[in-house]
Amino acid sequence: MAVEIPKEKWSGTVREVTLGATREQGGTRTRTLTVGGETAMPHHAFEGSFPHPPALALEVRDRKPTDWSPLLLQAWGAAMDDPAAWAKAAEQAGAELIFLTLSATLADGKANTAANARAVVRKVLEATGLPLAVIGPGQAEIDNELIVAAAEEGKGERLLIGTCEDKNYRTIVAGALANDHVVQSKTPMDVNLSKQLVILIHDMGLPLERIIMDPTTGALGYGIEYGYSVMERLRLAALQGDSMTQQPLIVTPGEEGWKVKEAKVGEGVPAAWGDWNRRALNWEALTANALIYAGADIIVLRHPETLRRLRGVVDALMAA
Amino acid sequence: MALTGLEIYKLLPQTNCKECSFPTCLAFAMKLAAKQAELKACPYVSEESKAKLEAASAPPIRLVEIAGDDGKLAVGNETVLFRHEKTFFHRPGLFLRVKDSLPAEEIKKQVAAADAFKADYVGIPLTLDGYAIEAASGDPAAFAGAVKAVRAASKKPLILLTSKPDVAKAWLEAASGTRPLLHAADASNWEAMAEVAKAAKVPLVARAETLDDLATLTQSLTKAGLEDLVLDPGVKGPKDSLEKLTTLRRLAIKKNFRPLGFPIITFPGAGGKADDVLLAAEHIAKYAGFIVLDTFDPASLYGLLVLRQNIYTDPQKPIQVQPGMYEINNPKDDSPVLVTTNFSITYFAIANEVEGSGWPAWLVVTDAEGMSVLTAWAAGKFDSERIAKAVKTVGVEGKVKHRKVIIPGHVAVLSGELEGDLPGWTIMVGPREAVDIGAFLKAMWVN
Ligand code: B12
Ligand code: SF4
Repeated sequence: MAVEIPKEKWSGTVREVTLGATREQGGTRTRTLTVGGETAMPHHAFEGSFPHPPALALEVRDRKPTDWSPLLLQAWGAAMDDPAAWAKAAEQAGAELIFLTLSATLADGKANTAANARAVVRKVLEATGLPLAVIGPGQAEIDNELIVAAAEEGKGERLLIGTCEDKNYRTIVAGALANDHVVQSKTPMDVNLSKQLVILIHDMGLPLERIIMDPTTGALGYGIEYGYSVMERLRLAALQGDSMTQQPLIVTPGEEGWKVKEAKVGEGVPAAWGDWNRRALNWEALTANALIYAGADIIVLRHPETLRRLRGVVDALMAA
Repeated sequence: MALTGLEIYKLLPQTNCKECSFPTCLAFAMKLAAKQAELKACPYVSEESKAKLEAASAPPIRLVEIAGDDGKLAVGNETVLFRHEKTFFHRPGLFLRVKDSLPAEEIKKQVAAADAFKADYVGIPLTLDGYAIEAASGDPAAFAGAVKAVRAASKKPLILLTSKPDVAKAWLEAASGTRPLLHAADASNWEAMAEVAKAAKVPLVARAETLDDLATLTQSLTKAGLEDLVLDPGVKGPKDSLEKLTTLRRLAIKKNFRPLGFPIITFPGAGGKADDVLLAAEHIAKYAGFIVLDTFDPASLYGLLVLRQNIYTDPQKPIQVQPGMYEINNPKDDSPVLVTTNFSITYFAIANEVEGSGWPAWLVVTDAEGMSVLTAWAAGKFDSERIAKAVKTVGVEGKVKHRKVIIPGHVAVLSGELEGDLPGWTIMVGPREAVDIGAFLKAMWVN
């Protein structure tokens, strides 16, 4: 019996956004990264085109974090003591984007400074040819100070800068406008808020080709379902032609996945949770994997092994 | 697909006799379409119309139920493609594959270990759903022995994996008293398999590589009198799965295509190449009804079961606990008082942590409409006023002789205002994360 296969035809397309600039383009990156461009629901390759695979990024910090799981400390070892070495190791592990996050404080407990942000950005840019994201600690005032400096330091490199939230998007967007960068437009799990912030950023004069949406994600077991559904709804809206939802999506399952007890803690937990190392890795991978099917274009991870596993999934989904 | 009122009207007698208690047949038809009336209220519908109406109102994906010695599992009857459109209803069953080539004692040991697996997620017990026994040995005596061995170690539902009708028959006898799923009928064996399944009254899996062949097969099986079918489209990796399972879901829900309106079974470990844990996760999110795992590893099973729970929660209402006062580790009048919200994930995060730390405590759970600490705070549902009201009304004042209350570190900003709203109480700001509560109490709780 011949079954008539139903296909969806969409009018909208996700916008393409490119990160990183080569020498010819006014930067120093050895490669650039383009995401977006999809014309169907996530990985429905049977009815649309998917010009770019979801990109896998690794998070690198300006200094060794004090609150990361010991399993992550083990995985990166001494490389964590120096952001340049860490970025190199991340490149070797297969990252397509270095997601550099700046801490609120310096190692001595004092507030992080613009000078430090500049120095770290410079170091990392010199250590790797990959495109770079530079993200503040997520507190409006500190973000503004650090990210403006970082944006100047990376002028022309087409960095992804953030966190650009409703509270402080103006300063960050101004930094992107002045130095030719892309912004991460972050809103708390809400379709309308996502859309609104894109409109506000665009109204300041930043082209839509320079905005990536971060819809916020929760970890497996800790609210992932909300983020998952918001992403599916955003993607449906984009394909239906709602222009201000057509930005590529970036998500941070590494940060969320490693924050929770299942990943962080090895002792005093129920025996049914199983082997700590495998469980923790699964927690990050399962969170990230679900988001790939919900429409993630950039997936920010923390563990190199998770990147390796997701590479397998992405390659399989993109295979001809 | 549901019929419109007008389509239903055409199938009614159109005499407006009012016996259904509606003024006209059309009015009755409209109520039927809105599911606010039942067809049997009209005594005059023809048998033919009845059959048509019943077929049209049958769920687009058949609900298929299997049962073990104790415990049932029903899958299918889904109505949407995306969970936000309504909700996903019947969680896919997670089964563990067991091969009959192992000695009976070994099977018992493996199954007993897997059967003992029980994790708790926000108060919901998570377990495996059953076992899929595979005829790998080729030895008829081993088949029946394996079923007995599994039943000795577990009461959960079974799936029987064999393409040989005579083996299936022997197995179903060994499984009598339960309602297993039989896997599988294909183009070469379907007539004999259909007979076996029909005689034993068990659901049968139809297996074919292409959807065309699958539809042909299910139609043959339906004609042979089988109603409870399950589809095995033989998916290979992430890409093939997504395409086939999405297409199947769409055909059923959007086209009401009966030949493929059945739940789906997948074997994420079968291809050997893919990351089976991540492939199983895809199948949970994207449309499987039964998932057969090849290995038992709590470290992945727990994650998969939590994912299943998350994907299948009702997006319209967060999972919540009853607001009120909860006692942990038999608290006394000098035990700490903590406040939190009634979002299940939040409540269990903090309650489990306090319990695990060994500290006796009074936990005041405010009515934050099922939201997490920060979400509720941002939405104005976990403010000073609500916290103060909860502390005053749950009766904790009569239980403790001190007047100190610990609030979550994430809402430290509330402490000033709360001092005003709770006169006589000292507001202590706890740690941000529940994991640190034990250490915090040790350092800060002095009487
Ligand atoms: C899932 C989620 C949602 C879901 C709701 C889920 C729910 N039922 O609560 C949805 C999508 C609906 C949602 C909506 C909103 N959200 Co929201 N959401 C989240 C998210 C991703 C996770 C929250 C979560 O579930 N955490 C897990 C639980 C267990 O954490 P928790 O309750 O805090 O509990 C922990 C601790 O607080 C501690 N703890 C708990 N109790 C106690 C008690 C004591 C005594 C102690 C010591 C410790 C303690 O233990 C727990 C484990 O460590 C967070 C961001 C993030 N990744 O954290 C944003 C977040 C909370 N949301 C935010 C916002 C702004 C909103 C909205 C207002 C957005 C909007 N304008 O629409 C709405 C508000 C809701 C509304 N108007 O209806 C912001 C809050 C920002 C802020 N600091 O004010 C956040 C932080 C995102 C962000 N970065 O902007 N959200
Ligand atoms: S009982 Fe039947 S025939 Fe009579 S009015 Fe109602 S629908 Fe029409």
